[in-house]
Amino acid sequence: MKRIEAIALAAEAAAAQNALLVGNIGFPSRELFSVRDRPENFYMLGSMGLASSIGLGLALSCAERKVMVLDGDGSVLMNMGTLATIAHHAPENYLLVILDNCCYGSTGSQPTCTFLGTDLFALAKAAGVKKVRLVERAEDLAPALLGHEVVVIVKVGEGNAPVPIIGLSPEEIIERFIRRARPALPSGKSRL
Amino acid sequence: MNPSLAVYQGMKRAGINFVTSVPCVNLQELLALVGGDPEIIHVPVTREEEGVGLCAGAWMAGRRPALLMQNSGLGNSINSLASLNILYGIPLLMIISHRGGVGESMVGQVPMGRLTVPLLDAMTIPHFEPQQGEAEETVAQAWSQAAAACRPVAVLLDLEFWRGR
Repeated sequence: MKRIEAIALAAEAAAAQNALLVGNIGFPSRELFSVRDRPENFYMLGSMGLASSIGLGLALSCAERKVMVLDGDGSVLMNMGTLATIAHHAPENYLLVILDNCCYGSTGSQPTCTFLGTDLFALAKAAGVKKVRLVERAEDLAPALLGHEVVVIVKVGEGNAPVPIIGLSPEEIIERFIRRARPALPSGKSRL
Repeated sequence: MNPSLAVYQGMKRAGINFVTSVPCVNLQELLALVGGDPEIIHVPVTREEEGVGLCAGAWMAGRRPALLMQNSGLGNSINSLASLNILYGIPLLMIISHRGGVGESMVGQVPMGRLTVPLLDAMTIPHFEPQQGEAEETVAQAWSQAAAACRPVAVLLDLEFWRGR
């Protein structure tokens, strides 16, 4: 399946669960913005590797809210310790979706180590994550996203959809996201 | 007062309720205090940059975050402090054990020890170096400044501080 198809399914699952959704840096966030923009989407514009960590901080801080993360193989390999932290600290409302296209898709599709055989499913298991699922067909993805997995690895093809850059400033992205992530905050109050 | 307790009380005064950490030998008492506090979610992370990400997410969900680390971890966190915290305007209290200064016995600590303040200055991250009697007040005020400016702030605690000169 194409990555943008997987992202569309994940965005649909997020909307259906009123979930917060963290989008990884580069084309994945751009594709997410183009297929289903919601204030509950946090689009990462920098800090490669930290999508899973930002999502974990959110999930630990709002236990009643589903938090989903769209990460990539290159980014998880950059912050591989995250799998160990997730294994031992992720609450039930956390779901990490790793879109594995076996390359650095936003920079010219240079191969990552998953292209050479590094197995993210086995890595997550070995790190101690108990509920890991590997999805290779589009029809299996929607049920996996609504289940009780902690990590779902989705095999997707390489290549980016021809989508524009995100038409929001960092300030706009975070202001509207925070309003949705902190429902108890009275309107007009400072976000501090 | 015990230096670790003073820092802890400053964190409590600031309302810090989410902590990520990578240990330093000088942070062990403080980490035990934080770990035993039921009001604080404490996540020991594998690398400091990971802690920056966790703290950013926690703040977006309404918590008051702090990252406890050695100054070596500042080097591991530069890109994320710039392209996450500074880019979006996300506050963070960094409690940093500052190794590599006067009295340092480990030669490997010296290069980053010398670079810590220049790195913070280059990133325009405010930093405070309290004497022992000032630690509680300084830590509380450091968070207030971070929250008001929506930026990271660092409290640097060197070997003399931990020895309780």
